[in-house]
Amino acid sequence: MSNHDLILSVPAPARPWRERLGSAMPLLVLGPSLVASFVYVFVFTGWTLYISLSNSSLLPTYGFVGLDNYASLWANRRWNIAYNNLFLFSGFYIVGSMAVGLLLAILIDQRVRGEAAWRTIFLYPLAVSFIVTGTVWSWLYNPVDGIQALVRGFGWTSFSFALASDRHYAIYAVIITGVWQASGFAMALFLAGLRSVDQDLIKAAQIDGASTFRIYRKVLLPTIAPIFLAVAVIQIQFAIKTFDLVAALTKGGPGISTTFPAIYVYDLMFQRGQIGEGAAAAIMMLAALAVVLVPYSFWVVWRRRKEAGHG
Amino acid sequence: MSTLTIRSLRKNFGAVEVLKGIDLEAQNGEFIALVGPSGCGKSTLLAMIAGLESVTSGEIRIDGRLVNSVAPKDRDIAMVFQSYALYPTMTVRENITFGMESRRVPKPQQDEAVKRVAAFLQIEPLLGRKPGQLSGGQRQRVAMGRALVRDPKLFLFDEPLSNLDAKLRVDMRTEIKKLHNRVGKTTVYVTHDQVEAMTLASRIAVMHQGEVQQFDEPATIYNRPANMFVAGFMGSPAMNFLPAELSQEGGRPSVALQSADGKTASLPIVQALASDTPRQLILGIRPEHIYRFDPDLARRKPGIAQIDAVVELVEPTGAETMAVLRLGGKEITGRFDPDGTPRMGETVTLGIDMARACLFDPTTQRLI
Ligand SMILES: Nc1ncnc2c1ncn2[C@@H]1O[C@H](COP(=O)(O)OP(=O)(O)OP(=O)(O)O)[C@@H](O)[C@H]1O
Ligand SMILES: [Mg+2]
Repeated sequence: MSNHDLILSVPAPARPWRERLGSAMPLLVLGPSLVASFVYVFVFTGWTLYISLSNSSLLPTYGFVGLDNYASLWANRRWNIAYNNLFLFSGFYIVGSMAVGLLLAILIDQRVRGEAAWRTIFLYPLAVSFIVTGTVWSWLYNPVDGIQALVRGFGWTSFSFALASDRHYAIYAVIITGVWQASGFAMALFLAGLRSVDQDLIKAAQIDGASTFRIYRKVLLPTIAPIFLAVAVIQIQFAIKTFDLVAALTKGGPGISTTFPAIYVYDLMFQRGQIGEGAAAAIMMLAALAVVLVPYSFWVVWRRRKEAGHG
Repeated sequence: MSTLTIRSLRKNFGAVEVLKGIDLEAQNGEFIALVGPSGCGKSTLLAMIAGLESVTSGEIRIDGRLVNSVAPKDRDIAMVFQSYALYPTMTVRENITFGMESRRVPKPQQDEAVKRVAAFLQIEPLLGRKPGQLSGGQRQRVAMGRALVRDPKLFLFDEPLSNLDAKLRVDMRTEIKKLHNRVGKTTVYVTHDQVEAMTLASRIAVMHQGEVQQFDEPATIYNRPANMFVAGFMGSPAMNFLPAELSQEGGRPSVALQSADGKTASLPIVQALASDTPRQLILGIRPEHIYRFDPDLARRKPGIAQIDAVVELVEPTGAETMAVLRLGGKEITGRFDPDGTPRMGETVTLGIDMARACLFDPTTQRLI
């Protein structure tokens, strides 16, 4: 018989209400947020899933149409571009911001002078909302009064920089902007990780005759590997939700070249009154996120088990 | 063949002077212990020998070569850290080979070296594990293995045993001693445990506030401490210090102390005194040089002086009993055989071995 059963089988003495309130307090306090999370996450997700299988148009209706909405979604060229963009953007955005962030972190880790100032500068973009970033960068990309105009003003009159207005390259304009915004965040986490590593490890490696490059590659970076994963996971969910950055920067253009799933969902649901198909698109976004996050959470659990196993 | 010579070495961290002119040397194969209280600069000194801290002024020579600005990897040293500093993501084998890997030692030679060291330290079954899967003592062995595999000129240890429990510490201490006897490498060993220093070292440097107070053989450090700091730091329980006045008693110099019955007892001084010895002295007596007086003892040991004292507290430890005694208006500690243990409140006649007593100048605190 476990401890728990033992406690239950003993007739409980009448406890004063204060004590009972005390033991119920955690539940009382957590209750509302637990209920809210449950409703928002599971009920609304379930509802969206249901709507995506219904014939809803302007308003939710409950005629069951099976996978029709998904079929018409995938038949749409604009959706296909959006879904492609999502993977292109996510890939470059995550790899790019991590690479730039790591580089900055390693440079700052060399005990540069005015470290706090550099840190603040690089972290600053994070304090700016995507809307502001998008708007400012849309000015920079603008050929008439952005970077192109500036360089031409210096005398290089044939200089051409019109990334955001070229349908083939506009997505890279979005990626560069996203990387600019997110690198500082990655840097901050990497730097914190590098600084938390036992300094004796570096000394030991120096005595062992390892070059600085080798110390980072073989000792420091493997030690902070969990941080890479954490950064990647956080960036992924930013990437998949991408909406305001694109809305402010390119508005999905030129043409439909920088459409993203989130923009498409918004369009379907609130502009064109196709709630059913919009819900289907939203579910597809959820699927994209789940492809990454579900294995990650399994991995986290597995690792925790493994560590607990070794004590 | 490898020696270490340190000349008037100084280290400043900003405005703070951490090392104030250190002189030290280690002959070939010697085991030097650096002891001192926390914050006295032991680790800093060791890090400077290793090349991990810059030299503010002075010189460090290994085998006669000035290494002040030589990179750690080119000094041909190996170091064991207090935290062990094992690379957490590598297996024990990879930890041991990392240095050879960095120096591009051929693979067969690496395997050979790992095999030799693993057998020597009996860590063969651990080679495939990660440091996180090892106990404290095993980690300690691996850290030593990483140092041993190099066959360096100089071994540096920074408190390698302080993270182990008491029993394991004693075992590992013995192992380190055996290891040094077999390998015979010049070693600098930092510790704040004076027993470790006494048992391991061929010479001990006692440090305090960034200065070497005394650098000598363990027996000299213990029996003839250069000053009151060294006397108080080495030995547990610590040496007793009693302020006393110098006088002449029957043509021989002696010190007067107030005994339990209120009278003054005079203790003859055995050591030869210089003519300019101050009248006020501090008498230093180690607890084990205080006995229960009996005539037999006095016959065997010529320098025994008699004095009465009241027992204030008794602390049995099993093998011996410590007693706190009131003497000359001060509390002193005596170390007694469990058979002859004094009782609390009792007035005992003590026999103090004046031949082993140390005299200090109260103003300079130096040994007279
Ligand atoms: N990087 C540093 N910057 C400034 N002061 C330092 C630095 N490293 C050490 N110190 C100071 O130098 C003094 C000596 O430090 P050190 O680590 O050598 O002491 P220690 O004798 O090894 O002490 P412990 O027994 O506690 O290890 C201390 O007062 C410490 O505060
Ligand atoms: Mg230290």
